[in-house]
Amino acid sequence: MKLNKLFITAAASLCLSLSVAQAAQTSITVGMQLEPPNLDPTGGAAAAIDEVVYANVFEGLTRYQADGSIAPALAKSWTISDDGLVYTFQLNSGVQFHDGSAMDAADVKFSLDRARAEDSTNAQKRLFTGIASVDVVNPLTVKITLSNPDGGFITNLAWGDAVVVAEESIGSAANNPVGTGPFKFSRWVQGDRIELVRNPDYWGKAVALEKATFKFISDPAAAFAAMMAGDIDAFPGYPAPENLPQFEADPRFAVIVGSTEGETILSTNNKRVSDKRVRQAIAHAINRQEIIDGAMFGFGTPIGTHFAPHHPDYVDLTGNSAYDPAKSKALLKAAGAENLTLSLKLPPPSYARRGGEIIAAQLREVGIQTEIENLEWAQWLEQVFRGKDYDLTIVSHTEPMDIGIYANPEYYFQYDNAAFQKMIADLKLASNPADRTKLLQAAQKQIAGDYVNGYLFQLARTGVANAKIKGLWKNSPTQANDLTGVSWAN
Amino acid sequence: MKWPVALIIGLGLTVVFVLAALLSFVWTPHEVEALNIAAKLQKPGSAHLLGTDHFGRDILSMLMVGARTSIAVAVVAVGIGMGLGVPLGLLAAARHGSWLDDLVMRGNDLVFAFPSLVIAILITAVFGPSALNAIIAIGIFNMPVFARVTRGGALSVWTLDYILAARVAGKSRLRISLEHILPNIANLLIVQGTIQFSLGILAEAGLSYVGLGAQPPLPSWGRMLADSQTMISFAPHLAIFPGLAIIATVLGLNLIGDGLRDLLDPRIRRER
Repeated sequence: MKLNKLFITAAASLCLSLSVAQAAQTSITVGMQLEPPNLDPTGGAAAAIDEVVYANVFEGLTRYQADGSIAPALAKSWTISDDGLVYTFQLNSGVQFHDGSAMDAADVKFSLDRARAEDSTNAQKRLFTGIASVDVVNPLTVKITLSNPDGGFITNLAWGDAVVVAEESIGSAANNPVGTGPFKFSRWVQGDRIELVRNPDYWGKAVALEKATFKFISDPAAAFAAMMAGDIDAFPGYPAPENLPQFEADPRFAVIVGSTEGETILSTNNKRVSDKRVRQAIAHAINRQEIIDGAMFGFGTPIGTHFAPHHPDYVDLTGNSAYDPAKSKALLKAAGAENLTLSLKLPPPSYARRGGEIIAAQLREVGIQTEIENLEWAQWLEQVFRGKDYDLTIVSHTEPMDIGIYANPEYYFQYDNAAFQKMIADLKLASNPADRTKLLQAAQKQIAGDYVNGYLFQLARTGVANAKIKGLWKNSPTQANDLTGVSWAN
Repeated sequence: MKWPVALIIGLGLTVVFVLAALLSFVWTPHEVEALNIAAKLQKPGSAHLLGTDHFGRDILSMLMVGARTSIAVAVVAVGIGMGLGVPLGLLAAARHGSWLDDLVMRGNDLVFAFPSLVIAILITAVFGPSALNAIIAIGIFNMPVFARVTRGGALSVWTLDYILAARVAGKSRLRISLEHILPNIANLLIVQGTIQFSLGILAEAGLSYVGLGAQPPLPSWGRMLADSQTMISFAPHLAIFPGLAIIATVLGLNLIGDGLRDLLDPRIRRER
């Protein structure tokens, strides 16, 4: 009899363990090409920081959704005064930071004041320059007063740089980020991976995943092997578009192709290549389709200005700089620049390295010689981005709605145009959608007409994931790997 | 005198690549700098004997021009190594046991102590990646090899009777070194030279592979391999042909080195 009982218990526990094994998988390993330098999104510019922590660990008052629209996050709702200057946010109640302390209006005030402070190291300080004051009305109400109406303010607050942090824990956020998100930081094995675990006390809708690991694989060939071997469940920014047809043919995988905010451009040093005719000649020498086919294996949308084609205010200006080598040669002749040699400094991504070789060949066709130099990211940031020691470079500007960078004459293009700067200044003040559209379109036309840079293509988001994973973002409206809606199908 | 088989095979392989490199100056099957994206990743066939790469460039043409890059880098690098190393080795041997000998040889040890590729990476990191800097880097780590071989060979020749006779005749150490020592260790240097030559080709391929050698659009075997990495699974010809070219050249040069040693080394010759 005793034996029988034992047998039953054994059988029962066996059943139990079987059912556990058959339950949906609750952990995910996400591949990323670049490792973040730190984990404080309010103190660093690297996209990799947001790609780990945005929406997962840290949240702001508002947030980007998968389709690019803005949704409430920590703010439950808000009202805007009639003059467009005063924003009053109602916060969600019961929100806790991962260290157990409560998130309230004081934390919002601290975060925004810190981001717009004189000595702030925030990488997107311009998002906050319009704020005149932040006031705590009561623990769940915060009032933000702007110095001028700003139609884009709610969007600004959705950026990863505008997340709400706590005064007690921000000091160590670089290595131990403490936010309010559905995942808690668990462990960082430098050079290999970052692990997040589910936050059991999350204020909002609980996430399906219990554990998320971000694994860093910089080499595209190694990324291919890791995907094929199943070491990685999803690689949203898969670096080698040439492998996508193979993944597509394999039923184990789903290929996710969407759009990004990455305008891939042939950045031109406007101080060195100061003759507009030469820049126009470069623009007409470029055959965009050849670059998309050759460097990206067909993934990408041609652009004619620094603006995302999926944005409603986009103007298609590709015709303005259509491929026309004969015109290009004539322009060079008119500018007296027939024996031109330019440096072309290329960062590591394949769109730059391969695109660079193709552009070099296309420029050679019209008589412009290039000296290609392949740089690592650190060297590129040092020499090109900060040092401005370059003639041409190729890079993808992945921040959303970043046409405003052209208004900064100190930016590495060194484009200084008063008319354009006025448009951006006006845009900051405009809150009427029709006015904004008009200004944005005029700004697009201005930089395209000045041939500031060579406008190549909008970077596609090429991702590969296990076919059973649901809820990954298709498009990339901001730099993020939002795992809050991700789950495994049985 | 019968030529060793290794020497004949080695010469055969090497001559093919040298001829291909020379021919590339006047003729290649297709233009290597012109891209033809529409014809990318073609399999080997009649239009392109070894197929095309991801930009539609003809792989055979790229290999021919790449051979030129490899051989040029290796020749100049070995030249630098010999030009600096041999005089230093002769000097050290002529002043054997003096402070000069110590200085030269300890200096050599210092250069030797660094892994050679690390020196190369250091140089290209400081002065920027280019074929020229790769040449200098490879040349510098060739130097101590030649200095040692020269000194070792020269020391044993210095003890011979005809050198004693030359010294009695009043010849200076410099003249003895140049007129009597150098010709008698030439065989050693030639053998070492071919081996360093093959190592130079390997080093150039290695540096190009990590992006520190010849820069695009100049084709280079190492970079062809690096570029093909993610495409191996669907276009293996991109990796196989440059890989084979590197193997065949290095093998050929090593076989020549072995064969020459068999042919020139008096000790081995006597045994036969």
